[in-house]
Amino acid sequence: MVRLRRNFLPFLFLAIPILIYIVWVIGPMFYTFYLSLTNWDGLTTPTFIGFRNYQRLFNDSVFFLSLTNNMKWLVSFVTIPVVLGLGLAMILNRAIPGEKIFKMSFYLPMVLAMVVSGLIWGWMYHPRGGLINNVLVGIGLLERGPGWLSDRSLALWSIIIVAIWRQVGYVMVLYLAGLKSINPEFLEAAKIDGANDWKVFQKVLMPLLMPVTVIVLVISVIDSLRAFDLVSVMTRGGPANASSVLANYLYIQAFNNYRMGYAAAIAVILFLISLVFIFIYLWQVMKNELEY
Amino acid sequence: MKNARAYFNSPWRVLIFIVLLVMTLLWLVPILTGLITSIRTFNDILYRGFISWPEEVTLRNFRTAWERGGLSHYLPNSFIITLPSLFLTLLFSSLGAYALARFKFKANRVIFFTFVGGMMLPFQVLMLPVFKLTDFLGLYDTYWGLIFFHTAFQLGFCTFMLRNYMRTVPGEILEAARIDGCSEVRIWWRIMLPLTLPAIAAVATLEFTWIFNDYLWAIILLRSDRLKPITAGLASLQGQFVTDWPVIVAGALVGTLPTLLVFLFLQRYFIEGLTLGATK
Repeated sequence: MVRLRRNFLPFLFLAIPILIYIVWVIGPMFYTFYLSLTNWDGLTTPTFIGFRNYQRLFNDSVFFLSLTNNMKWLVSFVTIPVVLGLGLAMILNRAIPGEKIFKMSFYLPMVLAMVVSGLIWGWMYHPRGGLINNVLVGIGLLERGPGWLSDRSLALWSIIIVAIWRQVGYVMVLYLAGLKSINPEFLEAAKIDGANDWKVFQKVLMPLLMPVTVIVLVISVIDSLRAFDLVSVMTRGGPANASSVLANYLYIQAFNNYRMGYAAAIAVILFLISLVFIFIYLWQVMKNELEY
Repeated sequence: MKNARAYFNSPWRVLIFIVLLVMTLLWLVPILTGLITSIRTFNDILYRGFISWPEEVTLRNFRTAWERGGLSHYLPNSFIITLPSLFLTLLFSSLGAYALARFKFKANRVIFFTFVGGMMLPFQVLMLPVFKLTDFLGLYDTYWGLIFFHTAFQLGFCTFMLRNYMRTVPGEILEAARIDGCSEVRIWWRIMLPLTLPAIAAVATLEFTWIFNDYLWAIILLRSDRLKPITAGLASLQGQFVTDWPVIVAGALVGTLPTLLVFLFLQRYFIEGLTLGATK
């Protein structure tokens, strides 16, 4: 009787959270797989068509363009913000005049809604009135500024810059926390042994920061796969799909073209890509667990 | 000032400081641009160039965005959606986290890792089924459709954070209460929750910002303009005032105000929340 009660007790607390999570998150995840095998316009009942959506997907150049754009985003995200964020964390980890103001400036973009950032940057990129072209033309670097968001080769990168502007503060926060948790005696010991600053960084600090780095990288990858708001607000994926990313293409197929089954197939691909990184993350969390 | 002099004792440090200063200024440019734009008129900027002394300084853009742009109902909508979502997700996750932190049972790890894995999902993957589910439940184009989804999806992150924090609460305190005949629900409410308050504050600050700033789910689960939160509202504002950028930017700044205030006053919690997950 007591045993039964003990086994039952946790579920008294967990019943509602688990139920909600299954209905709104876990269930839908599996349902997406089913929907990807159907033809569905969002109104009528979905009809099963097997793998036809996937066959079409592999002949869809916009899909591959979006995928490539996601990869460009991903590569930018695991390099630039990580390097800048780590650098800033190293500088701001020791007392420095104006420390608070510096930190705040880098945190600020994180607080703004992506929509807000997208709109303000969209205005800065404005071909005629925007700040960027005004400066470039003003200092005589260019005769006439480009249309940052209307040029096929510039649109995606212009958006990625905004995303990077936002991400740096996040990475910095994570590394600052990582640096704080390092016992300064390790660094002292290395210095006493005659290691120079670069050696200490390379041989002592970086290995100790490894768990944080794994988390930073996984979060960066996931965030790059989540890219949607900025694209949606700044270009809607244009011009001519040049700045399209998977999440945005999925949205357009589903809610503008009412090809929901096809959109579900895109969602499945997005999910499968992210799955690898979710497992890396879980593995990292698991390692932390075992150290308890 | 003594600190400053001590810091600048090597040319390297001076150089680093200058680089930092330049980078910080660059980072603030969009914010400053927004502020300056919002108090000028579009014609003024277009004819005199962005970098010019304004012909006139005006607050008209804010008024236009607020009245004609519809911010006067978008902004309250954001609160109507965010606050219940925040309350419910904290309530349910603190219940679940308590069970996961305090009881040993077979499915514990599996449930925990399901929550953690779910929080890392690119949530766009759930777009279609959640749309269908919301419609099926008759909640499409209502506040509740959005509130339920936010509550559910944010459970992952909140449960993860709170559970990890609750594990650091010494078991003896709870055991003592148990022996005194305190019921589990009472222990959760009277002992665990007060002790978890710092973590709840951190998670709440962060979640407020995230839910408030959501755009995707607002455009998927709502259709009526009168229900839209500020993010979706700003996107419509952009359609309505296509070329009047000062009005759009003024609207964007107003839309940022609530999260900005939360951040300024609760910065410590905000930062703690971000790092709770990455380090123990």
